[in-house]
Amino acid sequence: MSDVVAQRPEPIVSRSDPRFEVVMFRHVGVNGAWTLNYYLGHGGYSSAQKALTRMTPEEVVAEVKASGLRGRGGAGFPTGVKWSFMPKPDGRQRFLVCNADESEPGSCKDRYVLEDDPHQLIEGMIIGGYAIQATLGVIYVRGEYYLAYERLKNAIEEARAKGYLGENIFGSGFDFDLILHRGAGAYICGEETALMNSYEGLRANPRLKPPFPAQAGVYGLPTTINNVTSLASTVHILERGAGWFSGMGTEDSKGFHHVQLSGPFNKPGVYEVPMGITYREIIFEVGGGPAMPAKAFIPGGTSCPMFPFTDEYLDTPMEYASVARKGSMLGTGGLILIPEEKCIVDAMYNVVRFYAHESCGKCTPCREGVATWLPQMYRKLLEGLGAPGDLKLMEDMVRNMRGTAFCPLADACAMPVQASFKFFRHEYEYLVEHGRPKYQKSDWWQA
Amino acid sequence: MVELETVEPFFASRQELLDEILGRYPEYGRRSALMPLLWEVQRAERYVSEARVEEIAGILGIHPTEVRGVMSFYSTYHDHPVGRYHLQVCSTLSCSLAGSDELYDFLVAELGIVNGETDAEGRFSIQKVECLGSCTTAPVLQVNDTYYERLGRSRCAHLLQALRNDQPPEPWRERGGDTLPPARDGTSNRGTSETEGSGE
Repeated sequence: MSDVVAQRPEPIVSRSDPRFEVVMFRHVGVNGAWTLNYYLGHGGYSSAQKALTRMTPEEVVAEVKASGLRGRGGAGFPTGVKWSFMPKPDGRQRFLVCNADESEPGSCKDRYVLEDDPHQLIEGMIIGGYAIQATLGVIYVRGEYYLAYERLKNAIEEARAKGYLGENIFGSGFDFDLILHRGAGAYICGEETALMNSYEGLRANPRLKPPFPAQAGVYGLPTTINNVTSLASTVHILERGAGWFSGMGTEDSKGFHHVQLSGPFNKPGVYEVPMGITYREIIFEVGGGPAMPAKAFIPGGTSCPMFPFTDEYLDTPMEYASVARKGSMLGTGGLILIPEEKCIVDAMYNVVRFYAHESCGKCTPCREGVATWLPQMYRKLLEGLGAPGDLKLMEDMVRNMRGTAFCPLADACAMPVQASFKFFRHEYEYLVEHGRPKYQKSDWWQA
Repeated sequence: MVELETVEPFFASRQELLDEILGRYPEYGRRSALMPLLWEVQRAERYVSEARVEEIAGILGIHPTEVRGVMSFYSTYHDHPVGRYHLQVCSTLSCSLAGSDELYDFLVAELGIVNGETDAEGRFSIQKVECLGSCTTAPVLQVNDTYYERLGRSRCAHLLQALRNDQPPEPWRERGGDTLPPARDGTSNRGTSETEGSGE
């Protein structure tokens, strides 16, 4: 037994490991990669064919479960487990919904798949649809992504014409079709029940859970909602096997993830990296290092609390548990670097303003806290009118917003504010004392 | 006696389009067509007027207030006309760190209008918007449906001039990281830009 353990290869946790290879993003950015011909020329739809013709839905779910894939939309719920929550088929229509309403600041990975490799998502939808025995899929794409919408529309038509969507796909007897639905600019649609309301032509207010979407989703029917890159991952898991996927990353976080590097990086961009890679490697080796001295970084989109730019945090591996232990979240992988000369209070006002704009106004902690009082307090401070008691008041406010709102949007706003107080309270104090920020605004705009 | 202006229904002459949109959704989910119908009207007329709200309500068999309620929830539907070129400046953190505040100031100085306004000619409107999902290629300006990414000072001036001449350039789609194909010599893959895109 011990020999078996000893022979088990070390998992890939570094981008510079020679065994690592970019898979999901390998065709993104290539001219014409969005066409069916290109996709088929690179082995497209073979995973869907394999799933539909050689595997039972239970086997597909088991394979995805075994791979250890966790949702790549931010919450990180195991995808295979989520699929297994669907009730037994009872004759009702079942839905698979793809949440392509990417709008977390710092995140743009889904847009590149939607624009440049839409067939990859369609194939993932066919696999997911088969696994949960849904016959209708919905891709809810955010309204601003017009190019993505156009490319997806064409790709769906191509796939339908070829028989990859519709009735009796690959002669397997399985029917599946897609509805492409365009949103209209509301961050809250990233929350699955709000997205369902939006799809139904309602205001995108979140719904009370339970019932969970698997019991009562769109139109009250059984529904599963997954992120774009979660669904696209299943294509490669079926092609290369669960063992290949779980051979990357750590015990807690398997496979690869996409980091989206923004802020003053030497090489900003979207990169595929194995889970378990350290933030130091991401920032210095993958991203080419900061282009100017940095003091903090946000690990996974603005709803994730920031980390100071110190050894302790830079050496944290990118995995769900380690990041959570340090007080933040893996999120969508949208890594934003904050330079030394950016005033943290100003940066946080930007973040708070975003959540204030996007709050749906349904519940009091969010409407009054996120959308009304917190941005007003920030404006007061930044105008040089802060009083010594204001900081305590703001800290109390965000503490009272935590866990008291109807959906996670208030938490998404409160947590980063708390982190900024934890690590950079001195900048708030400086602002209150001097009436001006410690770091004056400089001109960031390049030629 | 005041003559009330009658407005030609939008979908009356577009029955095929209407059928296609309604046909996308299951019979029991007819209301899902609400947002696509609003999009069609807005795309053609650059806003959704009261008359169109009532028309869409009639098509779906719901009250106009419900249509207005949905419309007002989402930030991309307009209840007044925007300019021929609707300039949307992403002002969220990543873009702000790349200079979107200065980009906005530049647009204000050049065009003489501020956030939410349209110029007298009806050519330009400016709107500050939240995250457009172009964080790694910031700052980004969305002109109608098209993204212009990594919009530096000189490129922005060039873009405005082109729009003034009614010659909108092809989208400037920038890439970075793994979204660039590897360079032929195997070295850095950064710094190229792609000018191909959707067009209108």
